[in-house]
Amino acid sequence: MNEHAVEVENLSKRYLLGEDAELRRSLRAVIGHPLRRHAPARQEIWPLRDVTFAVQEGRALGIIGRNGAGKSTLLRILSRVTEPTAGVARTRGRVGSLLEVGTGFHPELTGRENVFLSGAVLGMRAREVTRRFDEIVDFAGIDAFLDTPVKRYSSGMYLRLAFAVAAHLEPDVLIVDEVLAVGDAEFQRKCMTRITSTGREGRTIVFVSHNLEALAQVCPTTLWLDRGRIQAEGPTQAVVDRYLASAVRRVGRRVLEDRPERPICLLEAAVLGRDGQPAEVVRREDPFTIEVRVRVRERLPGLDLGVDLTNLQGVRVLDEGLLRSGARPLAEPGDYTARVVVPPVLRAGEYLLSVWAGSAYNETLLSEDDVVTFHLDGHDGRNAHGVVDLDLSWHVHPSNVVLRVVS
Amino acid sequence: MALAERAPRWVENRPSDGWRAVDTAELWAYRELVWFVAWRDVKSRYKQAALGVLWTVIRPVAGTAALILVFRRLAHVPSDGIPYAVFALAGWTAWSYLSGSVESVTGSILVNGSLVTKVYFPRLVAPLAAVLPGVIDLVIALAALAVLMAAMGVVPPAVVVLLPGCVVLLAVVALSIGLWLATLNVLYRDVGHAVGFALQLWFFATPVAYPASLVHGPARLAYALNPAAGAIEAFRAVLVGGPLRADELVVSLITTGLLLVGGLACFQRLERRFPDVI
Repeated sequence: MNEHAVEVENLSKRYLLGEDAELRRSLRAVIGHPLRRHAPARQEIWPLRDVTFAVQEGRALGIIGRNGAGKSTLLRILSRVTEPTAGVARTRGRVGSLLEVGTGFHPELTGRENVFLSGAVLGMRAREVTRRFDEIVDFAGIDAFLDTPVKRYSSGMYLRLAFAVAAHLEPDVLIVDEVLAVGDAEFQRKCMTRITSTGREGRTIVFVSHNLEALAQVCPTTLWLDRGRIQAEGPTQAVVDRYLASAVRRVGRRVLEDRPERPICLLEAAVLGRDGQPAEVVRREDPFTIEVRVRVRERLPGLDLGVDLTNLQGVRVLDEGLLRSGARPLAEPGDYTARVVVPPVLRAGEYLLSVWAGSAYNETLLSEDDVVTFHLDGHDGRNAHGVVDLDLSWHVHPSNVVLRVVS
Repeated sequence: MALAERAPRWVENRPSDGWRAVDTAELWAYRELVWFVAWRDVKSRYKQAALGVLWTVIRPVAGTAALILVFRRLAHVPSDGIPYAVFALAGWTAWSYLSGSVESVTGSILVNGSLVTKVYFPRLVAPLAAVLPGVIDLVIALAALAVLMAAMGVVPPAVVVLLPGCVVLLAVVALSIGLWLATLNVLYRDVGHAVGFALQLWFFATPVAYPASLVHGPARLAYALNPAAGAIEAFRAVLVGGPLRADELVVSLITTGLLLVGGLACFQRLERRFPDVI
């Protein structure tokens, strides 16, 4: 039983940025265009670079990494949605993937029809779906609405039905991406139970999650992806500890290399404390400033700039945009320094700063994840458990006061 | 069979380069998905059921009336000895199925974009499913044609039993053109707009409102190069009688075959990259 169910060898994936570059070029290859052998250099990104690993049959492998580390690309290749640029991914038996809950649902069709449709999408035969039908409906708890078009479902019902179908597919290899990020706590518990029992049935699982607790519960071993490469692989607890520790390597200010081939690039990002100096540790009670320096080389219509902060649990606590704030876009080429002051509303802990820039057409021109890592130091106090602590004011009035006046 | 299911086989995902054959076994395994995708389209097409069905009757009838007015009354086009109304409605029925299918095959990958980018399935499922919903309209138009034939005393020849074969041929012609267009349409979105216009021109190059026998001499075989010409003449010949030249049919079949092989090859070569481009 020591056989592998998943094998990945030297897997790499490249995307060319710019309009449909990859496919246009291959069409030219089909037609055999002899001219223009040297196409203009395009910007390329490698979400995966030379990744090699294997999963034994019946084992569960967790995958962790920051946003943009290549996790989703890896899962898309494992489930054969897209092909690698180099290397090979092998899977043994039927692969069921839950990359997005509700894929293939059609709003006009009834719940019953959608169960069969998405079963077929996932490679199930109608008679297999029929066999599991009652179980699926039972898990989703929507029996009263089976013959209602799903466009009339609440989002909760929709989600439950979608997960139920995928969870009952009985694949040999189950690929799960962040499904637990959606739905209420009760539903998440149900999903987790289902996933663990899938594991006990001897199925192989590849599980991506930002929820490190859930990950540890399902997967004995974990792989940590960082910028498309494997950073570590081993027992989940050890890898998770290293992953968390890496985030704690604080950098209050980072200077980046200028990239002349890009229309816009990030020169510097920093978190400034009360004294206006870059700081790795900021007092929780003080406001702090995010400072971003960018160089714009071309006129880019409606150029927007954004910063976001993520905590170690992977929750994006802040997502602030220049244009959303009502400011004007960075119309002219040149160097810009942008500052955002964050009031003291965040809880104490580690935070990662990411910077984004894009054009009016939502095209991403710059995306630098986790450039700055800093610590908010201090006490949250008063048992606050929210992601932010806004110190909102309360207004309380006795509601029987009117009665008392009348009497 | 049970044994084959017990010992799961390895599936590889590696960079595809060059031409790939169609994996017919895999396509067969996904046959139910073809049905479901087609059923989904039928259902959303006829969601306002009453009006939807009414339309499928109005369209061929109104279209045929226009053909009668223009081609018969004004241009005095002959119809191989068949009452022109029957001749035109039969042609119209075949043509609207063919052209409608070409259009839906062209858009099939983009329409199913959310599936293509999120799950694996043989991409050929989408264009194959796109030629099915039109069959419903075709059957309704055939019913209208049967009424008309009964009223005008036209008796179908014995070869009418070959009609399903002719419908399959129409679907194959639609795929042979549509696969090229579907592939191009993923690359260049304007292809979708150009198709409507091209279909209008194609209508005049196809024996829908006039018989192929109007074309004389050596031009006639060149005319038959049009893959739709053979299919529509055959459809009409088995349904309402009339002449069908074997050499023309063969020429049409050969062009259809070549277009189909080329379209399949092109589609197969580029389909693995669709999800990255959509």
